[in-house]
Amino acid sequence: MQLAEIYNYIRSFSTQHIVPKVCIIGAGPAGFYAAQQLLKTSSNIKVDILEKLPVPYGLVRFGVAPDHPEVKNVIHTFEKTASNPRFQFIGNVNVGKDVTIKELQEIYHAVLLTYGAEEDKLLNIPGENLNNVISGRRFVGWYNGVPADSNLNINLDVEEAVILGQGNVAIDIARILLTPVDKLRNTDITSFALEKLSKSKIRKVSLIGRRGPLQAAFTIAELREILKLDGCKTCWRVDDFTNVNQVVNTLARPRKRLTTLMLKYLEETSSDTEATTKRLYPIFLRSPVEFLGSNTVHSIKLSVNSLEGNDVFTQFAVSTGLFEEIECGLAFRSIGYKSVQIDASIPFDIKIGRVKNIAGKVQDKLYAAGWVATGPVGVILSTMTNAFQIGTLMNKELPITENKPGFVGLSKILAQKGIPIVLYNDWKKIDKLECERGKILGKPREKIVDINEMLEIALK
Amino acid sequence: MALVNHFKKFSRSVLNIASNYSKYTSNTMLPFLQTTRGASTTQQLSEKQEVNVTFVRANGERIKAKGKVGDTILDIVVNNEIDLDGYGACEGTLTCSTCHLIFSKEVYDALPNEPTDEELDMLDLAYELTDTSRLGCQIVMTKKLDGIEVRVPSTINDARA
Ligand SMILES: Cc1cc2nc3c(=O)[nH]c(=O)nc-3n(C[C@H](O)[C@H](O)[C@H](O)COP(=O)(O)OP(=O)(O)OC[C@H]3O[C@@H](n4cnc5c(N)ncnc54)[C@H](O)[C@@H]3O)c2cc1C
Ligand code: FES
Repeated sequence: MQLAEIYNYIRSFSTQHIVPKVCIIGAGPAGFYAAQQLLKTSSNIKVDILEKLPVPYGLVRFGVAPDHPEVKNVIHTFEKTASNPRFQFIGNVNVGKDVTIKELQEIYHAVLLTYGAEEDKLLNIPGENLNNVISGRRFVGWYNGVPADSNLNINLDVEEAVILGQGNVAIDIARILLTPVDKLRNTDITSFALEKLSKSKIRKVSLIGRRGPLQAAFTIAELREILKLDGCKTCWRVDDFTNVNQVVNTLARPRKRLTTLMLKYLEETSSDTEATTKRLYPIFLRSPVEFLGSNTVHSIKLSVNSLEGNDVFTQFAVSTGLFEEIECGLAFRSIGYKSVQIDASIPFDIKIGRVKNIAGKVQDKLYAAGWVATGPVGVILSTMTNAFQIGTLMNKELPITENKPGFVGLSKILAQKGIPIVLYNDWKKIDKLECERGKILGKPREKIVDINEMLEIALK
Repeated sequence: MALVNHFKKFSRSVLNIASNYSKYTSNTMLPFLQTTRGASTTQQLSEKQEVNVTFVRANGERIKAKGKVGDTILDIVVNNEIDLDGYGACEGTLTCSTCHLIFSKEVYDALPNEPTDEELDMLDLAYELTDTSRLGCQIVMTKKLDGIEVRVPSTINDARA
């Protein structure tokens, strides 16, 4: 053998022994789908997924509504990924605090941020701090068992509620408030939320959006479901639909079907006489100006908007200078989520609340996928598609010129700081107990909401 | 919606039982056939039950798969372990639209059941929606559909490549 050949031989031999190690931050759908893609496209890669909480699945556990259990079937795919011996779930690690991105970059070949969008956007209007003005995100967390939201201070002993925002999260909130409570009893809703909802006096919920029906943010499946809700009537404002009839046929299919559905029910609104049912009032072309009340909210002041611009989709709302007041003993802010900068080294756009990235690439060996990268829009399908793409990209670009310690290095850092970790099998103990507790109550699971209790069970 | 889905699943399972049941009875009701030409009868029957589907990815790759009459296309993807990651995320409960497929006009028109409002609602969220799009979990295979070709949308396909 020539010297060069020997050198090449040694080099190829040693690179073969370098196992690429990737660290993913956040165990929601984006993290799991990216892991799945990485494991598939590389035959020897090792993937560690770090999660702040002791429990996995992000918004599939903590966002998706309890009365939509079918959506959670995606978990079966995640369980399959978790059973891959080259994959590891490492829960109870708060990245940015317990370990820095820089440390992770030193011990892994590449780092992927999939830590979602955990805060909600504020309205920044007077009265936002009054009692019973509630963050929609926290309300969702409360009925879904987010540990930090289990102590939410909400009073449902009122008849009228408003929700500011018209996205699918807003519809979820409206539906949970208006659904006959017996329909929630056999879901995985938290027991304390169920208890409170069973005594709720809410009869009327207004769903308020800045723009018109043609720009409505909810999707048709969610709308159709709430239109058909037992014991609840949806009442549209006929005036909101001026001119909508003229445009409807020019729209692309999804928007056209959504608009047609609203128009169909609009006709029924006018012939409505029943007085006994609960009511949903979708209200368009109104922006919140101020929450009114001394300690607790009693009404909301809205500005009356009109639309400007020629293109239906980019039309924007401008105030007409007129106002409307609506009584409400409870108000929810549900105008979207935003991400936080968990580590000072992450390039972050504070204004829009997301990690700076170009098609998933943040910088050398640092990537982002899911809501933290794309912004908090889209369903699991879009998150999945995005995560697959980024997983593929990462695999193409993986630098494997040197060995990295990966999990061994991470364990050292965490052990030094005395941070206990929850592995996938430990989570399975929590999972098992939750299901057992649920069974007694006739529910698929009773979620544990106390992190200390989770750790106690997991680490026993 | 959950109820509708339950009902669908239920009726589908009833249909499956029914078709198995009829196979069983036809064999037992004709004992003399069974003894003389029994083997070929069963063979004929199982051939009759078998259907073929070809999945075509955007890059032109063709994947052939076999299933039975009464299977949904999602069942066929799952049973053949076809490599379409993420396909059928909600397991046929009409809540994800990851099972989106595109048919030729001819096949689309020949599909046995029209899409329900709920299916169309989910399709409206799919990428690359066409006039001949359907959700694979809602298409129940019939003998008439044997040999069809279906296109897997490229957005998902590219991501999976
Ligand atoms: C209320 C609600 C209902 C929804 N319902 C549906 C539905 O019915 N159907 C549908 O298709 N889609 C639904 N969605 C959308 C879907 O949930 C998202 O598309 C998807 O969850 C986004 O995935 P992600 O992984 O980017 O973020 P997430 O799911 O938020 O996951 C992020 C993960 O990162 C973790 N994390 C955060 N910070 C750190 C840190 N510092 N260190 C370590 N880990 C961290 C979080 O704990 C979390 O587990 C819903 C969304 C919401 C908000
Ligand atoms: S598998 Fe989810 S809609 Fe078909």
